Amino acid sequence: MPTDLVTLTIVAVVAWLGIGAIGLARPRSLPFVSRVLFPAGAGVGLALAIVAFIAIGQPPQTLVLPLGLPDLPFHLRLDSLSAFFLLLLGAAAAAISFFSAGYFRSSEGTPPGLICFQYHAFLASMVMVLVADDAYAFMVAWESMALSSFFLVTTEHRIAAIQRAGFLYLLIAHVGAIGILLCFGVLQGGSGDYTFAGMRAMELKGAWPSIAFFLALFGFGAKAGLLPLHVWLPEAHPAAPSPVSALMSGVMLKTAIYGLLRVSFDLLHVQLWWWGVIALTLGLVTALFGVIFAAAQTDMKRLLAYSSIENIGIIVAGIGLTILFKAYGKIPFAAIALTAVLYHALNHAFFKSLLFLATGSVLHATKERSLGKLGGLIHRMPWVAWLALVGTLAIAGLPPLNGFVSEWLLLQAFLFTPSLPQSFVNMLVPVAAAALVLAAALAAYVMVKFYGVIFLGQPREANLAYAHDAGRFEKAGLVWLAAGCIVLGLFPVHVIALIEPVNAMLIGSTTGGAFSGNWLLLAPVSADRSSYSPVIVLVVIAVVVLLTIQVVHRFYHGRVRPAPPWDCGFPLQTPRMQDTAEGFGQPIRQVFEPFFRMERHLPSPFDAEPRYSVKADDHFWHWLYLPIVTAADFVGRLVGRIQQGRISVYLMYSFFTLLALLFFVR
Amino acid sequence: MTVSALLSQLLQVAIALALAPLLVGWVNQCRAWLQNKSAPSLFLPYRMIRKLFMKDAVVAASASPIFRITPYIVFGAMCCAAAIVPSLATDLPFARAADAIALVGLFALARVFIALAAMDIGTSFGSLGARREMFIGFLAEPALLMVLFTASLISGSTSLPEIVDTLAHRELAIYPSLALAGVAFTMVSLAENARIPIDNPATHLELTMIHEAMILEYSARHLALIEWASALKLFNYSCIGLAIFFPFGIAAGSDSWLAILGALPALVAKLLAGGFALALIETLSAKLRIFRAPEFLGTAFLLAVLAMLVNLLLGS
Repeated sequence: MPTDLVTLTIVAVVAWLGIGAIGLARPRSLPFVSRVLFPAGAGVGLALAIVAFIAIGQPPQTLVLPLGLPDLPFHLRLDSLSAFFLLLLGAAAAAISFFSAGYFRSSEGTPPGLICFQYHAFLASMVMVLVADDAYAFMVAWESMALSSFFLVTTEHRIAAIQRAGFLYLLIAHVGAIGILLCFGVLQGGSGDYTFAGMRAMELKGAWPSIAFFLALFGFGAKAGLLPLHVWLPEAHPAAPSPVSALMSGVMLKTAIYGLLRVSFDLLHVQLWWWGVIALTLGLVTALFGVIFAAAQTDMKRLLAYSSIENIGIIVAGIGLTILFKAYGKIPFAAIALTAVLYHALNHAFFKSLLFLATGSVLHATKERSLGKLGGLIHRMPWVAWLALVGTLAIAGLPPLNGFVSEWLLLQAFLFTPSLPQSFVNMLVPVAAAALVLAAALAAYVMVKFYGVIFLGQPREANLAYAHDAGRFEKAGLVWLAAGCIVLGLFPVHVIALIEPVNAMLIGSTTGGAFSGNWLLLAPVSADRSSYSPVIVLVVIAVVVLLTIQVVHRFYHGRVRPAPPWDCGFPLQTPRMQDTAEGFGQPIRQVFEPFFRMERHLPSPFDAEPRYSVKADDHFWHWLYLPIVTAADFVGRLVGRIQQGRISVYLMYSFFTLLALLFFVR
Repeated sequence: MTVSALLSQLLQVAIALALAPLLVGWVNQCRAWLQNKSAPSLFLPYRMIRKLFMKDAVVAASASPIFRITPYIVFGAMCCAAAIVPSLATDLPFARAADAIALVGLFALARVFIALAAMDIGTSFGSLGARREMFIGFLAEPALLMVLFTASLISGSTSLPEIVDTLAHRELAIYPSLALAGVAFTMVSLAENARIPIDNPATHLELTMIHEAMILEYSARHLALIEWASALKLFNYSCIGLAIFFPFGIAAGSDSWLAILGALPALVAKLLAGGFALALIETLSAKLRIFRAPEFLGTAFLLAVLAMLVNLLLGS
């Protein structure tokens, strides 16, 4: 029974906008907004996820809305790719909305009703991005998404640093939007037909497909945080309220991935191998850069922002690999690489949202974002700590959780590259696989730092003793996401069954029946080649753990005696003597020193009050952005010189212009 | 999966559990001989574990449940790894549950948990050890994976039994890629098992500790489990190395317990030789400063990547 799923999707959009409008009507009523509107929004998210879940396996459905320009109404289309990302959006948004119900408080910044409107407009515009089927509707939705998220980032708009961060975000969002707009301009190929259907039918000649692809890579890369357009992420995420960070990092970055997939595999009729090489290289460099910087951070949300850059890098590297396989006609391998990409996108939505929300709870409980002033919160906030542990292990890529599955699939895809015909590309692959593994191993380092410094050890400040655990709604959101990480990790075969229609649509082939053999065993290609069964791994570990506990307690029931920690003969230990976040990042700073622009201030031996400080900065600011700023400033001053502020001078300009025009027209 | 296959699987894990402390004892004994000391008993590690199990546990007051559950999880992960590594037979039922990449993931799981537990108490030693362990780990893990990738490119599979089967049925010759990978693997194993030149298992000298710094707060049964798990880790690494580079005498294509017992003498002989080699390396080299470790492990990493390139270039 082909129900009209695309209409149901639009109903969800209208519902979210309606909820936002009700919030606008009662802007200052915090209890109403947080206890009624946000949970209702969560319900809509859940409904959307269910609709998308059904739609993944269905044939594409289209709808034309009588909105927009006179001869260009909004074309909408719900196909497998859109549905997969809608599922991601709905499932993550449901949890984040629930969390938000307990999160937002009255503050100096935007009133709660207005936040509610911006938040739901943000969600609705993301849905529209995912179902848009013509360039005009896509750009309208894309820009609404950028604007609504800008206002959400600047919720605390009275703080100057947050204004700056919001402006930087808006600026780079628009630089990226120009790229996307030009990309659509190229894709319509002079036909003037801006519907995606028209673009699909268009067969671009010569260099035009490459130009379109790189415009898309630039435009969507700016939104996703690819190097060197990543600078907004570490600024915007600490500035935004935590649910907004979660939504931006977990979901909005994925709309950029969606756009890149849509352009490269659906709208373009051809993929060239060297696009793949460039995307692969760019992705891996981004991943390594992101994770190395994450290791050096001392602000917990900046750390997560850099970790998002890393994950986006891994996803884009996977897209590059998919293009490479597709260009050489290795369709089944391309399907495995694409599966890894989509799987990782889904995983990242869950574990990164979970961790951002957990930092939100920590922030509320302690008013502190700096890792150097946290510690020992597992005793005060057990719920948040244990749920964050799930996210930490998942993002560190450890079995049997979900982060490991996608990394495993991507590494499997890398191992197929020797079958590529071009020997130069073959040589690239060991290096690429090595870089990917290095990034994954560093991610574990970063996450141990993140979790250990915030939740373990002893509280570094006295006021942490008053930290309280998350509220009911916050817990519900966190539990949902943590459960998602576990389920996605334990049942990869079922998740891949969801991804298969997308593979079929974009690559023209599924990963083959090998996945469907045994629900316990994930075995792409064949079980002889490689196999992984998270359930068995988990069961074996769990059985050994339980058995050991039983045996130990039955036969060796020595007492457990609490005592102060061993002080190594130095009785004056304080919590300040624990390793700090800077200390934990120090080995990475030392090993990867060329990556950082380091400013050190060392005290002289004669200082009465010695102070030491080190600032690890991003090279790209100094290599790329500051020169652009200087150049813009210089050009502005040149132009300013002809502005004399006297009317006679301006009249003279008009006169000379007229003369020049007459000269030309003659 | 038949009952007898399951029993064979359990037998392999049981043999690993039983032999692991013996391997540690053997290495200690060899080292003592080589260094002209009087050797401790071969069975000292067993007595140590037994003694620790009998004692009352002292747990720091600021410890969270993570601290107390970690020894069990590390022990469980190592047992799971012992079930997967084809040390005695290649056709066991659990071998399919995790391939080479998942095995590296299991080791990483154990490492992350033990590092978290070390940070849990909040003493400076614990977090110092955790930081250093993760530092060594992030360098060693990619090198290990590259070694395994080289082996899986040769056999066209990441599944360990397949790798062992393929490598065991090749003619006896020195393959350049495997030789490079073997050197890299040895270096990684030294680092991962807290051996000289990266760490010294025999010292509690504070400036040089890595592994010992992390487990400083553990006592009694928790310490016993950690020590046993460390022994098991050394055993697992030895078995991976032996299975990839000396894949002879492993029972192939059979899951009966007789075949497993038949493969046991070959394994013990290989382990005796391997343990002696380990003691020899430890005797002949000096411990590196912690910031020389990246050079050491970077060399291992490059060797492993080189092995992969050589394999792609020469096809061997």
